[in-house]
Amino acid sequence: MSIFVDETTTVVVQGLTGGQGRFHGLRNRDYGTKVVAGVTPGKGGTDVEGVPIYDTVAEAVEVTGATASFVVVPPRFACDAILEAADAGISLIVCITEFIPAQDEALTYNRLVREHPGTRLIGPNCPGIISPGKANIGITAGDIALPGGPVGIVSRSGTLTYQALHELSQQGVGQTTCVGIGGDPVPGTNFIDCLEAFQADPETRAVMMIGEIGGSEEERAADYIGQHMDKPVIAYIAGVTAPPGRKMGHAGAIISGSQGTAQAKIDALREAGVTVASNPTEAGEMMVEIVRGLG
Amino acid sequence: MDLYEYQGKQYFARFGIPVSPGGIAKSVDEAVAQAEAAGYPVVVKAQVKVGGRGKAGGIKLAADPDEVRRAAEAILGMDIRGHTVHRVWVEHASDIAKEYYASFTLDRPAKLHLGMLSAAGGVEIEEVAATNPEAIARLHVNPCDGLDEQTARRWVDEAGLDEEAREEAARLLVRLYRCFVEGDCDLAEINPLILTTDGKVHALDAKVTLDENAAFRHLEWEELAEDEIEDPREKMAKEKGLNYIGLEGSVGIIANGAGLAMSTLDVVNQVGGKAANFLDIGGGANAEVMTAALEVINADPSVKAILVNIFGGITRVDDVANGVIAALANVEIHSPIVLRLDGTNAEAGRALLASHLSDSVLAEPTMLAAARRAVELAR
Repeated sequence: MSIFVDETTTVVVQGLTGGQGRFHGLRNRDYGTKVVAGVTPGKGGTDVEGVPIYDTVAEAVEVTGATASFVVVPPRFACDAILEAADAGISLIVCITEFIPAQDEALTYNRLVREHPGTRLIGPNCPGIISPGKANIGITAGDIALPGGPVGIVSRSGTLTYQALHELSQQGVGQTTCVGIGGDPVPGTNFIDCLEAFQADPETRAVMMIGEIGGSEEERAADYIGQHMDKPVIAYIAGVTAPPGRKMGHAGAIISGSQGTAQAKIDALREAGVTVASNPTEAGEMMVEIVRGLG
Repeated sequence: MDLYEYQGKQYFARFGIPVSPGGIAKSVDEAVAQAEAAGYPVVVKAQVKVGGRGKAGGIKLAADPDEVRRAAEAILGMDIRGHTVHRVWVEHASDIAKEYYASFTLDRPAKLHLGMLSAAGGVEIEEVAATNPEAIARLHVNPCDGLDEQTARRWVDEAGLDEEAREEAARLLVRLYRCFVEGDCDLAEINPLILTTDGKVHALDAKVTLDENAAFRHLEWEELAEDEIEDPREKMAKEKGLNYIGLEGSVGIIANGAGLAMSTLDVVNQVGGKAANFLDIGGGANAEVMTAALEVINADPSVKAILVNIFGGITRVDDVANGVIAALANVEIHSPIVLRLDGTNAEAGRALLASHLSDSVLAEPTMLAAARRAVELAR
């Protein structure tokens, strides 16, 4: 099994006619994802390599029955696109858009919670989600993932997610699902949402979690793991040597004062019984060992 | 983007938040002119983006032009915790009866706006939060609802602000919230928020951090961006549009993705070295970006070895390799360079690089091995 997306997921790509949308949307389709529609206002009736384009998400859903949306539009349009998808009854929205204003993100998140409690948003500013062999929504290169499980991955960082997939796949260790939750201040889906789903998924037998400095999501995840998880968790936290008070590329990766330091997160995770690796390679090696031990 | 106090006050004023009359000065003469306009006595305040100005002697009271002259002479050019003072803000001195604290920011775990208000302002608020947390009245605001005056009034009561300050403070807080939301602030903080002896409430300081992602809808921010970047390396990187932070070590770092770049810093540290910088070249590691990155790293005299750590996801490693080869032809590198290229099409990428490897251009298969080699070479 997998979490959040599988071979039955049907996807509408918002922004399929744009350069990025076309590239990634079609790559997702080539991977085997059921990309059934694209949406671009004013371009309804056309198609992108056989994928029909609609003016609105509502129309696309009505005709194709799409259940998921891939939002790949510029930052100033992204929040409207997310809300439009939710209004149209889409239950899973993956938004890769980077540089969305924090105020828009906070408002959109809270509107989703209030008006569309059944809708899950992954991202923004994330690589997306892949259930290897079943569906890939986002910008992850499908060929670095290996189907068959048993490892679930949840990560706040893009390139480190790819690194993790790659390290496991090279050792012949497959993944059930890999979720990039993104590094923004208000992610639609957080570590705990994914850990909960992995804990409930019978095919996921171990979880790799990749965090970074800033915020307190990793600490909260540690609490959850300590109380509710019996599957082994390997974690890696980036940013041990990051100077405090400086933004390191993501809005998320910033520490102020003692809050959100890598050390605080590492301590909290170890306290909860999580094995914390000191670098991504080590995290991969540790996971391989655990998986081999599972028999 | 952090604003200087004077910029923050000007920003507050746009949203109707009362501040003291004053002006900015880059020279002693300008300071005197601003003092004349504001009316004596005045306060001359160093404009630096770092706390502890008062303790460092960066804030002085002046009753006449001579005193302003002496204060400005002392403060301009002063070094406050590594920040040189280029400007002073000169404002009319307020008669302070009480000092409060007020701020809005995003509570990330709660995913809501968080207002903090305290009758114990004017001091280190972190200290108040640590030693006397009840002294801070916290208010969560759902962005869907916003903050109305009625809620603000209840909040002011709860925080125990003085009776005569409450009405005005509530109105000011609604405006501060508007400034925070419509002004696209990550942080809008007033410490101290004061009650004057004649019963007025206004902002005596301003700490504003703007969310640069919202710059597209704030054309007025362009004039705020002009800022002295003290680190020449950071200045050069900014001109080239690179996401660079200067550090103290000797291993120059180039990586793609913020997470991988941070992780590279950590690994260099683990094997006994120190990074000279953080540099995230993002997804597209083409020849142009790679050239710019190498130029910046190369200009840093403390760099003794360069570590390039690229993981190709969507970016194909063979494209990256071509970028590196072209960049090496463009830039004459002073220090040895260690390359770790992995991910999509890694084999093809390594094959391309093979004929370009030498004593000063080396390749390693893993991040750890590459870090070890770079640290060794930097010694």
